[in-house]
Amino acid sequence: MRFDTPATTNPIDQMKVVGQAIPRVDGPLKTTGTAPYAYERHDVAPNQAYGAVVAAGIAKGRIASIDLAAARAASGVIAIVTAEDAKDLGKGDMNTAKLLGGPDIDHYHQAVAVVVAESFEEARAAANLVRVRYETTPGRFDLEAERGAAKTPDEDSPETAVGDFEGAFAAAAVKLDATYTTPDQSHAMMEPHASIAAWDGDQLTIWTSNQMIAWSRGDIAKTFGIDKDKVRLISPFIGGGFGGKLFIRSDAVLAALGARAAGRPVKLALPRPLIANNTTHRPATIQHIRIGATRDGRITAIGHESLSGNLSGGSSENAVQQTRLLYAGADRMTALKIADLDMPEGNAMRAPGETPGLMALEIAIDELAELTGLDPVELRILNDTQVDPEDPERPFSQRRLIECLRLGAERFGWAGRSATPGRRREGRWLIGTGVAAGIRNNMVATSGARVRLDADGIVTVETDMTDIGTGSYTIIAQTAAEMMGVGVDRVLVRLGDSSFPVSAGSGGQWGANTSTAGVYAACVKLREVVAQRLGFNSGDAEFTDGSVRAGNRSVTLAEAAGADGLVAEDSIEFGDLDKDYQQSTFAAHFVEVGVDAATGEVRVRRMLAVCDAGRILNPVTARSQVIGAMTMGVGGALMEELAVDTDRGFFVNHDLAGYEVPVHADIPAQDVVFLAGDDPMSSPMKAKGVGELGLCGVGAAVANAVYNATGVRVRSYPITLDKLLPGLPEMVG
Amino acid sequence: MRPFTYERAETPAAAVAAAASTGAKFIAGGTNLLDLMKLEIEAPTHLVDVNRLGLDTIEPTEDGGLRIGALVRNTDLAADARVRRDYGVLSRALLAGASGQLRNKATTAGNLLQRTRCPYFYDTNQPCNKREPGSGCSAIEGFSRQLGVVGVSDACIATHPSDMAVALRVLDAVVETVRADGSARQIPVEELHLLPGDTPDVETALEPGELITAVTLPPPVGGVQVYRKVRDRASYAFALVSVAAVLQPDGSGRVAIGGVAPKPWRSKAADAELPRGARAVAEELFAGAVTTHHNAFKLPLAERTLAAVLSEAKG
Repeated sequence: MRFDTPATTNPIDQMKVVGQAIPRVDGPLKTTGTAPYAYERHDVAPNQAYGAVVAAGIAKGRIASIDLAAARAASGVIAIVTAEDAKDLGKGDMNTAKLLGGPDIDHYHQAVAVVVAESFEEARAAANLVRVRYETTPGRFDLEAERGAAKTPDEDSPETAVGDFEGAFAAAAVKLDATYTTPDQSHAMMEPHASIAAWDGDQLTIWTSNQMIAWSRGDIAKTFGIDKDKVRLISPFIGGGFGGKLFIRSDAVLAALGARAAGRPVKLALPRPLIANNTTHRPATIQHIRIGATRDGRITAIGHESLSGNLSGGSSENAVQQTRLLYAGADRMTALKIADLDMPEGNAMRAPGETPGLMALEIAIDELAELTGLDPVELRILNDTQVDPEDPERPFSQRRLIECLRLGAERFGWAGRSATPGRRREGRWLIGTGVAAGIRNNMVATSGARVRLDADGIVTVETDMTDIGTGSYTIIAQTAAEMMGVGVDRVLVRLGDSSFPVSAGSGGQWGANTSTAGVYAACVKLREVVAQRLGFNSGDAEFTDGSVRAGNRSVTLAEAAGADGLVAEDSIEFGDLDKDYQQSTFAAHFVEVGVDAATGEVRVRRMLAVCDAGRILNPVTARSQVIGAMTMGVGGALMEELAVDTDRGFFVNHDLAGYEVPVHADIPAQDVVFLAGDDPMSSPMKAKGVGELGLCGVGAAVANAVYNATGVRVRSYPITLDKLLPGLPEMVG
Repeated sequence: MRPFTYERAETPAAAVAAAASTGAKFIAGGTNLLDLMKLEIEAPTHLVDVNRLGLDTIEPTEDGGLRIGALVRNTDLAADARVRRDYGVLSRALLAGASGQLRNKATTAGNLLQRTRCPYFYDTNQPCNKREPGSGCSAIEGFSRQLGVVGVSDACIATHPSDMAVALRVLDAVVETVRADGSARQIPVEELHLLPGDTPDVETALEPGELITAVTLPPPVGGVQVYRKVRDRASYAFALVSVAAVLQPDGSGRVAIGGVAPKPWRSKAADAELPRGARAVAEELFAGAVTTHHNAFKLPLAERTLAAVLSEAKG
């Protein structure tokens, strides 16, 4: 099905099932511990052996020698594979560094060997007996120090310019010129990367934890130099991804290498201390923002430049992209720079680009509000735009940021706020409130599904779409139920298997809208098949209450299916509506913090997000996505930082004791409001995503609240107490 | 984890005897030791499980204090009515530490003997004098935000991570042990942990095979008892700085600082400065401080936290 004109009325608009607050259909599996995660698939392949990773102990250099004698002689060892044994091993398109290193070492904790043994303990003990001698070479580990060597990245629109930014900025009555930094961050998902690999002749099956089945199937095939048809990936349940499982990582490749060498299925999970350096992370940024405005607060010039680093050949963190869209202003520019680093591989993490970009931009806007004497909510409203600021002929499909801000301000009780910082104190706490805007685009990609109707009237949906804890199972069941006129209890959803039709996968908050649109397309086709079998005019057939009706005839779905059942498959393909219209989602984030006047400890007291994201397919799962993202935003604002050892070239705090993410006690009352409505430009579902929107702007709202509480403007995340201490009130005692 | 043998001891004497061999270690709650064994930072060849020794009661002593069995779990110790009433600083310190699940497992003696959380100590690719004597310290020039500012040496700037120990220090607790030869002795908690000097691998005054059997608290000293732990997140994080204080109405009192040194940091001279306020106390406590770029903030933080505690105690 091609979607290239705005959606008109369709069966989803009934909203009998879609849009309803239906609890997760996979919830009971999760809460009873019976949802099978990759590492627990003891049942799928007999005689599994265990793999353990040997990871590089240096950041840059080469392996001089590897002594495997002790490991080979150790108890239970079946096989050991190093790069020397796997000379033909390739690299997937999505990986920058090889997933099995050697002789060259590209980054710290890059895998250099896999040890396969009869038990987990034996594999791990033997891995520790592998003796690797390295020759180290100097590396580049410090982003700031590499600034001079940075270059323009090779990607779409690394530099944009409209009008005369420099001239307009120089002439502006009010100028904001500041530099902001965001640190490297770790996805820190609960489930580590894990895979079980089994070869059957030249056929490879991997049970894994992966967000993007089709990409990863292709990359496994490429890595092993085999045909894609010889690879099957199965990933029905995923314990969090956040972009860290968009691509194949060393667990899948090493399990497959180990299984080939051992002649047995091999299971392997990355130990927590390896994840920060062995897998990907969100790259740090150094951002320079300049905004010129009139005295009454109208932005006339806006410029945003960002530097990030990565392994040579890696992508840059596009922190400037939303500055192209969020505010009006005639003269504007953005620019990206990238520096080669010999640190681990940077890549996508939840709302890549938007997250660090808005963490910076939305502090800058707060600063501009102060410079112009405007309320930060009003300043944002004043500079709203209903068209693409770079191309005023191109409207937003929908943009209700002003409504988000106004409604949020009202619900949050913004009106009584003191614009002067440091004015509110309750006991030991300095209290402040902050606001920030969020924007995340609605990205679309082809997404397919297969739908079966069986003799019991059960509808089964199959697609390689994944559920990374987001609620995909539930919203897909709701979509099929709405389309076929049944309840979700009559729908079975099967996900995450490369033998199913290719979906858009989970990433970039595109999954909810595109995967359900693909299911919609397949259901439209199935309705036609059903109508055809019954001799109904498909236009007249009404699917409701488990039956198909046309005129006076009514046939149950079970009867219509017949003994052999019926099946249909289709994909949604998107035309140019996203080129003709800028499709985005919007949020207003409001945060209240308390800052301990003595110690500078920041504790969030309440949070509100008002979101404009088209049709909300399920308010329960959508809310869950947004509060999770708000939590991640608190982490990013206040504590999350992969600490770089700039001499030794690695992330030092590479476990969950050192890399702190929020705990329950850090997260207060969270309120989420979705503006009612739908966006017919987005898809037949009229929905857009929320999973990343919820994170966009949160960090800055926290930062702005901290400023309002203390008067200390911190432009370097995370906002830890050491950065606040010098500006806190004198202590008496 | 390297292969090891395991036995369960039934009496302290049997435990000590079983631990006499080289490479033996006691295990109780295992909340730290097992992690270290998985990483092969600890590689005992023989584990002596002391969980069945009894030693899990809290009894009054003849002089009006409390004797806390070595195997009393942190949760139980924090909840004990006598501790809550007479030694509030200890209960508060315990509850500021770890998580509920860990406190259910962790024991009194094990808490005292837990090892530093310096990230370089936990990464076996990196030099660390504590883990591998003579290999060097990668933390001093590295990422040292959590690490020590006083009592440290050129060889090691690790901190002792316990909250409980800071409270025990301010309460003048005494550790009771039985040695390998069966003899018992008492060690003031002040003397239990050693400063690193040039041997940071030697962390306590315990002899090889010596078993802690109890920790005794002197009779209650009253006063306002405060434990204030400062950290980046609200729970389940090690202290950047903590203050354990027992403050009397007349302005006198005692104070120990956690998160700044290889042991709970206290001095009699600093206690004597309490009537003169936080700055005077901090100047005395941190006279010999040696900071890094990353952890220099701990000095003003400790002073400010102490000031807040003093101010709060005054009401």
